[in-house]
Amino acid sequence: MSEFTFLYRGRADTTGSPEQRQQHISKWAAWFKELGAGGHLKEIGHPLDPAGMVARGSRKIVTDGPFAEAKDIVGGFSVVEAENLAHALELAKGCPILEVEGSVEVRPIQTINM
Amino acid sequence: MTAGDHLFRRESGRLVAALTRIFGIHNLALAEDVVQDAFCRALEVWRIRGMPENPSAWLMATAKNRALDVLRRERRARGFAPELGRLLESEWTLAPTVEELFGASAIKDDMLRMMFSCCQPRLPEASRVMLVLHILCGFSVDEVAGAFVSGHVAVEKRIARAKKVLAGSKRLFDTGAPADFSARLPAVQRALYLLFNEGYHGACAETAVRAELCREAMRLLALLIEHPLGATPASFALAALMCLDAARLPGRVGPSGDLVPLFEQDRTQWDRSLIAEGLEFLERSASGTELTEYHLEAAIASVHAHARRPQETDWATIVSLYDRLFAMRRSPIVALNRAIAVAQTEGPERGLAEIRAIADRDRLAAYPFYAAAQGEFELRRGRREVANEHFRTALRLARNPMERRFYERKILSARAGARRTVRARRGR
Repeated sequence: MSEFTFLYRGRADTTGSPEQRQQHISKWAAWFKELGAGGHLKEIGHPLDPAGMVARGSRKIVTDGPFAEAKDIVGGFSVVEAENLAHALELAKGCPILEVEGSVEVRPIQTINM
Repeated sequence: MTAGDHLFRRESGRLVAALTRIFGIHNLALAEDVVQDAFCRALEVWRIRGMPENPSAWLMATAKNRALDVLRRERRARGFAPELGRLLESEWTLAPTVEELFGASAIKDDMLRMMFSCCQPRLPEASRVMLVLHILCGFSVDEVAGAFVSGHVAVEKRIARAKKVLAGSKRLFDTGAPADFSARLPAVQRALYLLFNEGYHGACAETAVRAELCREAMRLLALLIEHPLGATPASFALAALMCLDAARLPGRVGPSGDLVPLFEQDRTQWDRSLIAEGLEFLERSASGTELTEYHLEAAIASVHAHARRPQETDWATIVSLYDRLFAMRRSPIVALNRAIAVAQTEGPERGLAEIRAIADRDRLAAYPFYAAAQGEFELRRGRREVANEHFRTALRLARNPMERRFYERKILSARAGARRTVRARRGR
């Protein structure tokens, strides 16, 4: 088993009806439950506030925000256990964020096997 | 969390009202943005963390913090609520003031202020209702369009125009000034009446949406009645009308989702506790000398509520109530309903005569129930072919699949009856 980070990209969609919003949250809960039941959810992780500051370069210039486009903003992350990258990707395809034009970036956590 | 718990809907109205009070009515759009942002953050956090214990408090805290950010950052750039003035300018008073403005009773006042502001005389009546539904009940433009069976673009334009008028007013309506309150009160009652009616008689096909419109109207009216100046006989009469009508909602749709007319409803399905509440309001509405249309409509609804079976209906009283209602509101729809009541006691011929006597009945030409009533009377007279003509007209005018199915069934049964009559004649 290897570990992968799921980065959830894209801001939440608030254009739907209240029912749709609540259903969306329920879908996430169901998805996490399924991951957990399969023994794949290592850490549920954290949501990230869209606001923030960036320190950059040797001159330590500080700027506001990640300032990415709404669809690229990382809104949170989880750590998932899977056989390999292909398997992790299969798991990511179940994420409800895909239904609202968001994306999941799957990145293997680097380990050195000695 | 249950499907019926419209958390976002409920909170949207409360938060926009509170934020508009703080930012000032001219910053309505800003208030809406802050609420949208709070909802967006909520979704982003809740999808990973799950719903918090108290989601309302969570949303309110988020909106409050965002409001403080905006107030601090843009204090100089734009003016906020003029009546709060210096309280928002000093860091000493800013946070406690905002805190207080988000308190439970303050928010109720804010919603009332917004309700009265939405009903301003410069706006057409339909716009007032849409604005109330959009701002206070948290219906998106699409949902308002769905509820009013209107196009998205048309509704969007109408709401945008109305918001512009609203944002252009100097300040929110002052509910603390008794004379202004009483002067605007009838317009507010009327808007809530129209909102309820849109749910009750409206064209929208979805039963759930319609019930929700009724519920929202009742929720806002309850808020109005809580205010000492809002608790007038007319408000009580309106509350009685809403309770008594809403009590019949469970009986209006059959098990297969078909429309069930009043006379065929299973009256055991009527909500007895709502009826009791309605009768209590009706009692309270009789406290003054004021007699409004709401009083008469509520009284008519109470006669139906009292009849355990359709045959026990006191039609004479209903006819006389319609007479008085017509004297107040000379609408062809009132006259049509009166004709239907007359036909119950004096037979279909009298009913048809009453319909023919409606002065401006051409205004009913596009109203499916007009054709349907005539069809019903003709059917009872045994003139099935003529009845069928009318039902076909009603079918053409029907506003949603549920109404269409209803008239299709009418046509089928009238036709089957006609065949039976022909066969009986031949057999003779």
